Amino acid sequence: MSKANLLHRRDVVARLLKDRKGMVAIGGLGASTNDMAAAGDHDRNFYLWGGMGGAVMMGLGLALAQPDTPVVVITGDGEMLMGMGSLATVGLQKPGNLSIVVLDNEAYGETGGQVSHTASAADLTGVAKACGIADACDITTMAEVEALAPKLHDLKSGPRFANVKIDGANIERILPMRDGTFIVNRIRGSLGFGPL
Amino acid sequence: MHARTDTSEQQTAAWPEDIYAVLQKYDVRQVPYVPDAGHSRLIQRVLSSDTMRGIVLTTEEEGVALVAGAWAGGQRAALLMQSSGVGNCINMFSLVQLFRLPFFTLVTMRGEWGEFNHWQVPMGSTTQAVFELSGIRVMRANTAAEVREVVEAGAAQAYNALTPTAVLLSQRLIGAKVFVK
Repeated sequence: MSKANLLHRRDVVARLLKDRKGMVAIGGLGASTNDMAAAGDHDRNFYLWGGMGGAVMMGLGLALAQPDTPVVVITGDGEMLMGMGSLATVGLQKPGNLSIVVLDNEAYGETGGQVSHTASAADLTGVAKACGIADACDITTMAEVEALAPKLHDLKSGPRFANVKIDGANIERILPMRDGTFIVNRIRGSLGFGPL
Repeated sequence: MHARTDTSEQQTAAWPEDIYAVLQKYDVRQVPYVPDAGHSRLIQRVLSSDTMRGIVLTTEEEGVALVAGAWAGGQRAALLMQSSGVGNCINMFSLVQLFRLPFFTLVTMRGEWGEFNHWQVPMGSTTQAVFELSGIRVMRANTAAEVREVVEAGAAQAYNALTPTAVLLSQRLIGAKVFVK
């Protein structure tokens, strides 16, 4: 938390979602989903307010259903730690259009900033690699974020995983909509699926 | 998860094929599962299917989240698991109500008919109540002859009526696991 020159979470998310075209973005429970809202609402924003540990699997289900649409999961280190097994499931299915970006502040920011496993022991990029996600990297600079952004649109070279070290600053909450049925049906509508 | 020595009757029973036919009829495309002996023939059938994708999970709650993602992406899914896995899903079942999912799951039962391993009994005894408390309707097939009808009725109400449904496949139907030294 006291490390110097860490990236700012909102800058990272805003860059990844800039010029997103048809990309679906899933925001993990907590600050990550707020960061997505701060970057601007979008019909294909999948905001999560619960179901902790499920963001990557929702991304997998969506990516397999829509192989011609890029899907990015943007989540925090705590949410990723709770769903770590899903990296093994993704590593087996290998959807080319799925990207997973972890915003790693090494803490549970929503609950008082308690230190998480990634601060000193757990290496999520190492876990992703060991689960068969070959394109897995740590990111510490905006230049690397710039390089990652266009790759999210490559439908063939995934799955990919990036662990972005961000600062632990508590910033103003930008709350997205939270009606789950509306959020899901809005995504379905934008993909061409009407109501029953 | 449990291994079991299939009797010849279990190897030739028609009901796993009946379930597959129902899933195909309802255009189910993603079939997440945790490996299970009771579902082994259905899993084999799904893995060799041209239209369905079998997706092996590390834990059952992954499957609930996958069903949500598949639905957001326009595909139907069906989750295969054993009674002990139902407990792993409880918080993730929130998504079923919050997203109004056409949730459909087929559960092989343990701990209710000639069980040898009492470690299976606590979760097997509470499976139906856990589903009901989570807002998921429960149906049950006790005999091979009724599997197709029950699974079809369950699939219809899940996919056509957006009514989350679990079909329990009884241990009497599947056969108690035989432990041999």
